[in-house]
Amino acid sequence: MRINEHPILNFKKTRALSFKFEGLEMEGKQGDTIASALHAAGVKVLGKSLFKHRPRGFYCAIGNCSSCLMKVNGKSNVKTCVTLLEEGMSVEMQQDKGDLS
Amino acid sequence: MKETEIAIVGGGPAGLCAAYTAAASGAQVTLIERNPLMGGQLNKQTHMFFGSEKQYASTRGMDITNILLKQLEPYEGQVQMINNTTVVGLYEDKVLSLLENEERYYKLKPKTTIVATGAFEKFLAFPNNDLPGIYGAGAVQTLMNVYGVKPGNKVLMVGAGNIGLIVSYQLIQSGVEVVAIVDAASKIGGYLVHASKIRRLGIPILTNHSVKEAQGEGVLEKVVISEVDQSFKPIAGTEKEFEADVMCISVGLSPLNELLSMAGCMMKYVPSLSGFVPIRSSEYETSVKNLFVAGDSCGIEEASSAMVEGHLAGLYASASIGKKHEQFVVLEKEYKKQLHDLRSGPEGEGIRRGLTAVERRSHND
Repeated sequence: MRINEHPILNFKKTRALSFKFEGLEMEGKQGDTIASALHAAGVKVLGKSLFKHRPRGFYCAIGNCSSCLMKVNGKSNVKTCVTLLEEGMSVEMQQDKGDLS
Repeated sequence: MKETEIAIVGGGPAGLCAAYTAAASGAQVTLIERNPLMGGQLNKQTHMFFGSEKQYASTRGMDITNILLKQLEPYEGQVQMINNTTVVGLYEDKVLSLLENEERYYKLKPKTTIVATGAFEKFLAFPNNDLPGIYGAGAVQTLMNVYGVKPGNKVLMVGAGNIGLIVSYQLIQSGVEVVAIVDAASKIGGYLVHASKIRRLGIPILTNHSVKEAQGEGVLEKVVISEVDQSFKPIAGTEKEFEADVMCISVGLSPLNELLSMAGCMMKYVPSLSGFVPIRSSEYETSVKNLFVAGDSCGIEEASSAMVEGHLAGLYASASIGKKHEQFVVLEKEYKKQLHDLRSGPEGEGIRRGLTAVERRSHND
């Protein structure tokens, strides 16, 4: 769900970046954050809430609300709405509070 | 420990303008921004600004960042800009704790600090308000205008203030359907010019309506709204349903005030400034000496007033460490006049009232 035409903005064509989400091959674009790449690929559920395990998506998109925390390349609690996507990243939904390894 | 004369927390409109007047006053400045880009929320604003030319009216918000950065170019040697870095601590001995790239901590000791951290979007209570697909209106604006991604196919907008109206229009520009705008108030809060654009496109703006509940399996699928009475209680039997995969919440902003509270600033809840704000002098100094504020973090207004407040805070903070701008008196008068003009008229009434609750005249006045 990329914006193809826009009266004001001109989104430059950038390099495709491949990454893994829950082990599945996905494609994003250079300049994407992890969350924007996932959203463009139709993935809205980024994790589960701590106690009731309800689905969680992003909320603020500016690194403030912690609703988009995920495990990236093995590191927990990454703010995916402000972390830029990189080639070959491994992105996973994190379990509970994540670990410190 | 790394040292500087003036640390500015936040590289949005207020912080960038504070950096400019502080540098022009001759101070060494360190400007710290948590995101990769300077500019804060200006970067997603594709609409043209209102107001006076002095605050770049008729210029798109996203282009203002470059104007402000250009203004700083002559002071390259004096202003250090640090991005991808969050200020996570502000202590009694004036030391700031910085977290770079979420990985490396280090300390910075300034002579004085200006907090210009901005604001965050408020949330709304209703059943299933945590379903993915329910986003802040500003978040959707970022997703579309910065990253070029559509939030979904059908959007219900909650809130008919300026942000709600502008983001609705920008959704349509991006090729997304807006099914309705609802607002619990009896009147549209935003400017008429924005509301008319929306109405002309045939999108209903339903005042006296609020969200009763969100529905969906795992993600948002449907929104139930209902009419509300004068005390904002839902009226039974007035429910309407909308198929929607996105709901935008645009019910106002709150000041990002954590650092100010942490530093021990005297704070006060002021509804017309949208939350807890620091008591401050008319020279933008909080109750903690050498700690200044500017912009939305000391009361929600517009980016235009945030820029002017930034200019003033930069002047005052520099003067407080003995770096007084050569044109101090002229500039102070000019910026104060700009603020006065921005806040005049019926729309500025709440701000003016709020300021009397937090602003203490300093002995220099």
